[in-house]
Amino acid sequence: MTEEASFEESIGSLEAKAEALSQGDLPLERALAVFEEGLALYRRCHAMLAEAEQRVTKLVATADGLTEEPFDPGT
Amino acid sequence: MILSQGTDTFSHPSPPSVDIRSVSSARGEDPTDTIAVPCESRAAPSQALTVSQLARVIRDTVRTNPLLARVLVRGEVSGLQSAPAGHVFFTLKDATAQVSSVLFHSDAENLGFELEDGMDVLATGEVDVFPRRGTVQFLVRAATPAGVGAFWAAYQKTRKKLAAEGLFDPVRKRPLPPFPRRIGVVTSEVGAVVYDIVTILRRRYPLAHVVIAPALVQGPGAPASLRRALAFVEDRVDVVVVARGGGSLEDLWCFNDEGLARAVASCRVPVVSAVGHETDVTIVDFVADLRAPTPSAAAELLSPDAIELIVRVNAAGRTLVREVQDILADAQSRTTSLGERLSPRGLRRELDANRGRLDKARGALDGIARREMARHRDRIEALARRLDVLSPFATLRRGYAIAERPGGSVVAHVAEVAPGDALAVRLQDGRVHVRVNQEDP
Repeated sequence: MTEEASFEESIGSLEAKAEALSQGDLPLERALAVFEEGLALYRRCHAMLAEAEQRVTKLVATADGLTEEPFDPGT
Repeated sequence: MILSQGTDTFSHPSPPSVDIRSVSSARGEDPTDTIAVPCESRAAPSQALTVSQLARVIRDTVRTNPLLARVLVRGEVSGLQSAPAGHVFFTLKDATAQVSSVLFHSDAENLGFELEDGMDVLATGEVDVFPRRGTVQFLVRAATPAGVGAFWAAYQKTRKKLAAEGLFDPVRKRPLPPFPRRIGVVTSEVGAVVYDIVTILRRRYPLAHVVIAPALVQGPGAPASLRRALAFVEDRVDVVVVARGGGSLEDLWCFNDEGLARAVASCRVPVVSAVGHETDVTIVDFVADLRAPTPSAAAELLSPDAIELIVRVNAAGRTLVREVQDILADAQSRTTSLGERLSPRGLRRELDANRGRLDKARGALDGIARREMARHRDRIEALARRLDVLSPFATLRRGYAIAERPGGSVVAHVAEVAPGDALAVRLQDGRVHVRVNQEDP
């Protein structure tokens, strides 16, 4: 798992680990390893949701082409 | 400067003013051709103007009048004629007057709907004089239908045309990405719509980056502005919402523009349309991959809900723990039976160590889940309250009743019952059994 793994990839991997354990045919040592990988993914998914801060930008056409600048929608 | 007639509800930015000199030279006429205009008001016969001179005086008078350089006028189209070069000639009229008008080829292409005789339109442009034919003409730069009849006619024509091309076919609709990383929002950068969309996305799915592509959302300049914003944003996002708040038929007209509809249909990523209120259906709604009833609903439709995601994550976490516990218990029982025969201390120690690992991990898991649920408790409780408000039992608590058949099915219409039928009337604290005396629809 890379640092850049998206939430979609992380939750997908987490559910795959849970599914792999449910199959019940892993050797004990492998099962524990899968469990610990799953636990890391579980923490990562929670952390991503908890720490996400939405970025909002606005497209601005300039002489050099399009740029994005921070945007506050106001109230 | 704008002349307007009964169009108070229709406001939009004026088109750029046209520089009179550049128009003049662009037409290939010689702007340096000066005219000797006599100063005396009563000219002697020897000082008579030529017809050309008179025509030029008229033309220059018209061209230098700022009122005529930028006009907004409402009238009925008649005598519509298309020239081979693509220019469209017609007369704009009302009950007592008419003005010869022309829509040049390039402006006709960008009009976004088809003019028809009898159609009520709102047109912007400038007035000019053509000395060769001695005519004064209104040069229409942009127009929109005006009035319900005209809107309806133009709308139906565009709708039929695009439907015939298959642009509304369900098979063309693309699914929305379940976890969009970047969400494009084509709308006005001021006002409630952009605020609502950003607020809902922040609450539901803060992982996404929202990219606003500002556009005009009403008036003759709006279709081109919306197309440009869509073209700018489509390469930068996974999904686009094209949105506008509620408004009059005139306000929403730009979303019936044929060119904009085609741009939505050919957008590189799925498009969600959210124009006006639920009852407003525009051509853009037909071509979009998904039509949302309102801008807020669009924001909800195109984002996963963080709470549902937490529920999914927690479910997977619980499965992990349950399964590994089973696996350990299974291993333990096998080891125990083995141990009875072999007394393998080493195996037993290994199992105890594994259990320690599991307990530690499980503690961490519970801690995280508890914290996350606590963090979102307010939202979860708010959701629960909302569900309660919507439930029929909450309605009963406000003093309403539900009529049921003996089997428990709900009676919704008078036509469903006949005199003599037995019904149960459900109140907040129980049922009253009644018999139908009389129907009174």
